[in-house]
Formats: sequence, C-alpha cells, structure tokens
Amino acid sequence: MRHLMSPLDFSVEELDRLLDLADDIEKYPEKYAHACDGKKLATLFYEPSTRTRLSFEAAMMNLGGNIFGFSSAASSSAAKGESVSDTIRMVSCYADICAMRHPKEGAPMVASAVSSIPVINAGDGGHQHPTQTLTDLLTIRSLKGRLDHLVIGLCGDLKFGRTVHSLVRALARYAHVTFVFISPEELKIPEYLKEDVLDAENIPYKEVERIEDVMPALDILYMTRVQRERFFNEEDYIRLKDFYILNNKKMKLAKEDMIVMHPLPRVNEIAVEVDKDPRAAYFRQVQYGVYVRMALILTLLEVNVC
Amino acid sequence: MLNIGGLSEGFVLDHIEAGRSMEIYQYLNLDKFDCCVAIIKNARSSKMGKKDIIKIECSIDAIDLKALGFIDHNITVNIIKDDHIVEKKRLSLPKEIKNVARCRNPRCITSIEQELDHIFVLTDPQKEIYRCKYCEEKYRRKKK
Repeated sequence: MRHLMSPLDFSVEELDRLLDLADDIEKYPEKYAHACDGKKLATLFYEPSTRTRLSFEAAMMNLGGNIFGFSSAASSSAAKGESVSDTIRMVSCYADICAMRHPKEGAPMVASAVSSIPVINAGDGGHQHPTQTLTDLLTIRSLKGRLDHLVIGLCGDLKFGRTVHSLVRALARYAHVTFVFISPEELKIPEYLKEDVLDAENIPYKEVERIEDVMPALDILYMTRVQRERFFNEEDYIRLKDFYILNNKKMKLAKEDMIVMHPLPRVNEIAVEVDKDPRAAYFRQVQYGVYVRMALILTLLEVNVC
Repeated sequence: MLNIGGLSEGFVLDHIEAGRSMEIYQYLNLDKFDCCVAIIKNARSSKMGKKDIIKIECSIDAIDLKALGFIDHNITVNIIKDDHIVEKKRLSLPKEIKNVARCRNPRCITSIEQELDHIFVLTDPQKEIYRCKYCEEKYRRKKK
C-alpha cells in the first residue's frame, strides 16, 4: 500500500505513468466513469479549503465513487481533542482512501504511519502540497509539451508558499530547468531548499525583487498569493500583500508562448484584465487538477482500467 | 591538576569541547541518575588546549551512546569495567535520533499530537544537518 506525502514519493518514471494516465482520462473520461464504483474517499480537512477539497470530491465522483468527510477541525472530533492517529484509525474502518489537509506540518505523515488505507497529503501547513504539484506538472507538460529545458519564474510568497516548495523539488529532477525566484526580502525562498535541492545538484537559480527585470526570459510565470493565515502578525501581512501585482503592462514584456500559472485563490496579485490573455493558464490548471487527482486515486487504489 | 577518583564501572567522556559539559549533562538527563557524576571543566589538553571531561559511575548499559553521537561526535567515550578501560569508543553521527531533541517549529505536528516521538533524521552528514522527520525543520543547537 502506498501513500502520497511529497511529490518526490514518485520516481520520474512513475510520475510519467501517472501523467500519461491523466492524459488518457482527459481524452476518454467515459472510460473511467465507473472505475471506482463502490469505493469511498474520506476528505479530512482540518482547515478551510474550497479548491482542493472540491477537486478531490469531483475526481472521486467522476470515477463513480462516493465521498464523505469534514471541512474544518471544528466540525471533527479534533475539537474534542482527538489525535490525528486515532482519527485515521477510525476513518480506515469506513473509507478506502483518504485525503488529509492539516494546518500542522507532518500531520499526514503521522496518519500514514498507522493507517490501513492510502493517505494523500492534501496540504500540511507551509510544508508540502503534493497534489497541487502534480496538477502543476500536468499543466506544464500539457501546455508546454515538456518538463525539461524550462525557465520558470516563481513570484510572491516563496517563504511560506508550500506549492512553490513542492514544485521546486519536483522540477529540480528534470534536465536544464532554471529557477528565478521573485520575492521581497521578507518572503524569500527558504535556505534549506536552496542548500539541499538546488546547490546540492548544481541547479541554476537566481533571486530578484522586480518582476519586470526577468519577465522576457521566462517560459512560465508561477504567481502565488501572500497568505494571511501563514502570518503571526497582521501588520506584516498588510505591508507585504500588494508587493507584486501582474497586469497587462507587465504581460507585454513576456514571451508570446509564456504561460501564467497560479494555485488559486488569487486575491489581487493578478489583475482581472490578465484573465483574457491567452497566456493565462490558471483556470485550465484547475481542470488539470481534477484529471491528475483521478489518476492518483486510481494509482493508489491499484485500479486498472483497460 | 585536580584529582578525581577512578571508576570501577562506568564512563569517562573525554575531549568534550570546553564549556559544553553542562549541556551534555542535561542532554543525557544525568540529573535524574542516582549515581556519582564528576564534571571537570577547562582541563588542560594537548590536542584541544582546553577540554571538559565527565566521569559517570554507572552500569555500562545505562547511557544512550547514539544520542551522545548526535550531541558531539568528537567526544571520546572510555568504557570502564572492573577498574579498567575495556573500550575506547569513537562516536559517529547517528542516522536518526528519537526523543533526544524537540522540534521547535510551532507549526509542526509534534507540537500538538499526543505521545508522538520527536524524531530527527541526518540529511547532510558533511554539514551535520538534522531535520525533523515530520516538518523538515532544521535542528538548531542551543547557543553556548
């Protein structure tokens, strides 16, 4: 039995197979409509999430399976003081697979150690968000045709943004990927990612403060939101939240075939006017998220569809 | 030089970096041991200039040497039995340590989950970096 804690849990070859399966699901959705008949997905969300939870639920429903769960810690037995380990032991008796989001980093790993069903990390604090990474990889491969030989700019909250951390680790495994980190001083990419992942493998990267300076060189611009819930201090949040706003003027500096991605929800870091630009890929990214979660559920449940 | 009596059974922890003996005393929970412990600070050393030494009179299976390797792998451990040194042990960095140090990341699951072991994994032997198994936060040693 396998779990998914980090995007690196899958080898590059396994990831290719997963993305191939997602491609097939996109092309022939009817083939998979009953692949999970009678199976149940538990969505254990200890903190609010719209997109990820609905994406998991849509994915399981598209496969013919059922869903149940909770969408905040207050509506679960965690409010009574139940541990993550006890909750997952109980849920293992009800469901065939589960997706867990938790504000504490490492909570899904604790669950996976005692679970008798596959556990998917659906986001743990500022640590990992592997299914967003799978979504991002499928989006990039589908829209750019490759995962290597890319220059990717990551912009905004690079310190607390778990989607960024996971994506950097995943893309670092492909040849000739260059990272450009665009952030204010206070929200720079953590040292451990630079030391352990990039420096250790001699992967080229640079850190800049102004988005305009690097825009012409980018194949992908990955925007992120400055997240209120990651700050201990409201003043810091208010001071930094509007640091980077992408608009049509800045988009004029970009390549014709660059794509703009965003894990969503956006607040105001991408002006609404950019939505009409054909390079804006963030809503297509949402759709790819459903396909890749369908592929993941099938893989972890070891369901083969001929 | 100050003279401290010999041991019939126990450990002599030698080549401790000068000034770190009390930190090691705390890590090894020696305050909870009901045995004779001698701490020698700033002893003269030809190799180190100054060093600390700890002598512990106890059963030789009473101390977790794996934890000691994590604290300072340059320490030499002399194991004493029947009034003689039976082994001079060089320590190495353990691959994993359990409940020796606590994760200080307030966002880590170890901060709330009941009875969860605090586990650190050696991720970079060259730079001697340990990270929390759960949240990957780097272990930061206490400042002297």
